[in-house]
Amino acid sequence: MSDLKLPQGAPEEVVTAAHVREIDLAPFGHTGTLSLITLDNGFDHNRPNTFGPNSLAALNEAITVAEASPSVAIAITGKPFIFAAGADLSGISFLSDTKQALAIGKLGHDVFRRFGESKKPTFAFVNGLALGGGLEVALHCKYRSVASTAFTGLPEVFLGLVPGWGGATILPKLIGPANAVQVIILNALNNNTMMKAKDALALGVADVVFEPSDFLENSIKFAASVLNGSKKIERADHTKDEAAWSQAIAVGQGAVAKKYGGAEIPQAIKALNLIAAARTNTLGAGFDAEDIDLASLAMSNPLRASLYAFNLIQKKRKKVEGAPKAALARKVAKVGVVGAGLMASQLALIMLRNLKVPVVITDLDQERVDKGLAYIRGELAKLVEKKRMSAESAARLGSLVSGSTDKAIFADASFVIEAIFEELELKKSLFVELEKIVSIECVLATNTSSLSVTKMSEVMTNPERLIGFHFFNPVAVMPLLEIARTPATDDITTATAVSIGKTLKKTMVIVKDSPAFVVNRLLTRFMGEITDAIDEGTPPDIADAAMRPLGLPMTSLELLGLVGPGVAHHVAKTLNKNLGERYRISPTMQAFVDNGVKSFYLKNESGVQSINPAALALLKTGTSPSTAEQVRIRALSALASEARMMLDEGVVSTASEIDICMLLGCGWPLHLGGILPYLDRTGISEEVCSQRFHQPGVASLA
Amino acid sequence: MNERVVLVDAVRSPFGKAGSLYSQTRADDIMVRTLRGLLERNPKVLPEAIDEVAIAAATQTGDQGMNIGRSVSLLAGIPDSVPGYSIDRWCAGALTAVTTVSGAIAMGQYDIAIAGGVEHMGNHPMGEGMDPNPRYLAEKLVDTDALQMGMTAERLHDKFPHLTKARADAYAVASQNKTAAAYTAGKIQRDLIPVAVRSVELGWGMATVDEPPRPGTTVEGLAALKTPFRPMGNVTAGNAAGLNDGATAAILASESKANELGLGIKAKLVSFAFAGVAPEIMGYGPVPSTIKALAKAGLTISDIGLFEINEAFAIQVLSFLDHFGIADDDARVNQYGGAIAVGHPLASSGVRLMINLARGFEEHPEVQYGLTTMCIGLGMGGSIIWENPHFNGSSAKVAK
Repeated sequence: MSDLKLPQGAPEEVVTAAHVREIDLAPFGHTGTLSLITLDNGFDHNRPNTFGPNSLAALNEAITVAEASPSVAIAITGKPFIFAAGADLSGISFLSDTKQALAIGKLGHDVFRRFGESKKPTFAFVNGLALGGGLEVALHCKYRSVASTAFTGLPEVFLGLVPGWGGATILPKLIGPANAVQVIILNALNNNTMMKAKDALALGVADVVFEPSDFLENSIKFAASVLNGSKKIERADHTKDEAAWSQAIAVGQGAVAKKYGGAEIPQAIKALNLIAAARTNTLGAGFDAEDIDLASLAMSNPLRASLYAFNLIQKKRKKVEGAPKAALARKVAKVGVVGAGLMASQLALIMLRNLKVPVVITDLDQERVDKGLAYIRGELAKLVEKKRMSAESAARLGSLVSGSTDKAIFADASFVIEAIFEELELKKSLFVELEKIVSIECVLATNTSSLSVTKMSEVMTNPERLIGFHFFNPVAVMPLLEIARTPATDDITTATAVSIGKTLKKTMVIVKDSPAFVVNRLLTRFMGEITDAIDEGTPPDIADAAMRPLGLPMTSLELLGLVGPGVAHHVAKTLNKNLGERYRISPTMQAFVDNGVKSFYLKNESGVQSINPAALALLKTGTSPSTAEQVRIRALSALASEARMMLDEGVVSTASEIDICMLLGCGWPLHLGGILPYLDRTGISEEVCSQRFHQPGVASLA
Repeated sequence: MNERVVLVDAVRSPFGKAGSLYSQTRADDIMVRTLRGLLERNPKVLPEAIDEVAIAAATQTGDQGMNIGRSVSLLAGIPDSVPGYSIDRWCAGALTAVTTVSGAIAMGQYDIAIAGGVEHMGNHPMGEGMDPNPRYLAEKLVDTDALQMGMTAERLHDKFPHLTKARADAYAVASQNKTAAAYTAGKIQRDLIPVAVRSVELGWGMATVDEPPRPGTTVEGLAALKTPFRPMGNVTAGNAAGLNDGATAAILASESKANELGLGIKAKLVSFAFAGVAPEIMGYGPVPSTIKALAKAGLTISDIGLFEINEAFAIQVLSFLDHFGIADDDARVNQYGGAIAVGHPLASSGVRLMINLARGFEEHPEVQYGLTTMCIGLGMGGSIIWENPHFNGSSAKVAK
């Protein structure tokens, strides 16, 4: 068991020790002792317990000690606030052959299953966070208590794996197929939702929930009462109801199809197969099947890209590439928002909620100002209603926001951002006007999505104070913020913008001011290829199906409907003018705008989508239709070439910044690694640019 | 405005040696667990019906700070509406918490209150952060010995030369033996609340019994111990309480509320008193405080059937017994042993005396009155006289 070594190049394992102590059960109503295993890696809760090869060996040794003890039962618990956060993923990216991958899976099973196969009753006291392998070790135990504040879950499918240390086999048998699909598939796909203790109890994952203040004491009391027979835990046999299993699997398949637009997502298919097989499988056969699935996924490019993307998201959340020293940032004591439309109101709301300073909004007339204020106050009221904000906090924030038709109220603002109509001349004159009102210290920002920030700054007295501050819609939900520096923008302004972005809890990418920055530039380029194909005569359904194998959150034409043909077409025209002919002006889109057609699709009241006949009527019949495959290659090639250009132009300095933009700005899935790892592994990067974006091994198999 | 005060229930954590059992467990966590254990076994006392949570600690910083009475109440999940405060009279903290809330109950201002104490002497060594006013020494207000508890015990030996080290050691051995016997009979464990203890090195453990007792202690063994406070001294680690961690908690109520809710009554408060002595002989404090409490009650020492005297030092108990003409080995005194065996986490100890007295009352329905008393640093004593609710004899005398 101990001969399993970390793969070459993997970081040294932070070993989770497993201590065994004997607990006298006499004060709890039973005779004898309980062998209590504590998982503790010696760090605080910021570095959760994980299972690498040495940690598994330590746990194995602890189980041996507990088995050899005269104790009447065995229990396992964690360190304060943390039970265990699962497998140590840092080694997986370095696995170089399937045998190694199989061995890791098998090692976990060999250790964990001892809890299930022990002659002594086994208990998991889940005192805190238990994810993935952390929850699986608990599932191998016969009984589970969970602290009322503990979050639990199986995020494997979200990450590109299957719950392959017993979870996919034990859970369906334990809590039934429907609940298992909920935990393993639906929760994982729903932004990696974790279970609260009450959910874990309702789903059957937990047998009992105790408050954290004396969780261990009550858990031991619970164990004693199970041992002395005063408490009986009934387990239902779920394996008889075959129909329930087929139905649960169908629900899971539906959710996967919806989430990934019909793409084949290997880990989801494998997880559902494991759940389905669990009905008739022995545990042993199920564990063997898990080993095989885990190994094949671990040795796959999509998983490597997922791990790269997951780590990138964690890293970029903390560190902003190219940010000036944080100490340079000015303190923000009052925020101004120019415009009271929907975007401006959303900006005002997020500033208000996070900065908790006075926020003032202006617009051309009082009616628009009032509408903006009403929106903000309404959103605060909704938060109170959903119990996500206290009435006091809402009252405080409500009193901090005000509006006017007179921009003079910006006079003492420290940060003013505009979200007015996307028209360069309008914005230029706005900043000239603002500079006459605000103090010399005030940082000015534009939320433009495609106009040149540099051109706006050129008319200013102090161009060094202007910066692009580009949010994504909906502002409160989308985690990305593109910060655009012009050649004139100084470090104080940038540091202030980054500091505000941090307070807004956004992940930021600092870009060189250039048309449409990163996300919109890539999206517009790629959408242009889809609409071009339609203009050329490709049927819309074929064109729209082109990207299906990628598993994007929505189809190209659904995205177009969401953005709106007006905005999309406006951006395309701007980029056509500023970046060149490769951004084409689609006659179909022009016709959509001219005729007020909003989308290719219509949705009825129950959410069922159908083709919009008004859209079809506007299509010109082109003469050179493409296949879906051809459209996809063309769109991906466009993405590769545009991304390479952006790196060459220095829009961003690293390929991973482009990836983080697509992950967080568009919600593109982890298994694409953003987008560049996918372009690398499909050979498109080398085909189009004669080089990869990432070296082999970074976001792919080495 | 004249309610009878009763002790409904009292519990404690197992006591630990400083730097050992609870070395990685916070004082407030021990207190919270003790409090929750108390409420768990008294389900008729609804947390929202508690009028006060008074918790003592001799050092009120860090994990014993933040107004520990309020803080542990919030941490224990007692509703926001229940108030709390912290209290300090050094060793007599919990005893004072009891008398203070009892005063309010007697005045009819509270119906039900929690009183308790906690001391984590591992986290807060005696004298931590102390900054004695230079006037104490400059103006000879006290002798240097007054601030060193071991020295004050040596001073008691000086004052009463007939209370020898041999008698102190014999008393200490008896305390260990009585505690060992009480443990064997399962008498102590009944009121201990198990507390989870953290150890990074060993993993989670469970404190279920006191750590300090040394069963099998002999007079010969004690005779060989060093006298750390002075050469050729009398006070040793063997005839004194150690440095300990632990917590205690009690429910007090008006008799009418207790009856209304059907709560058990373990003891009825008769009278209490505090009194001062010269700081250099602080261990003598229980003598004047007991005299005062007896006078308030209209009782004499012969009316007291059970004594619970805190054993900060054997000499301090001996000087008390000597004053009242009670034998060193009188069976009425500390029947389960005392702090020399189980430990003395300063501000928590007062309620431990009541736990033992209440159990003594159950065992001895022929006893009508009992006393809990302790000495207090800087020269004080505190005493509470209790009446046995299980008393089945004919009253020798009725307290005022």
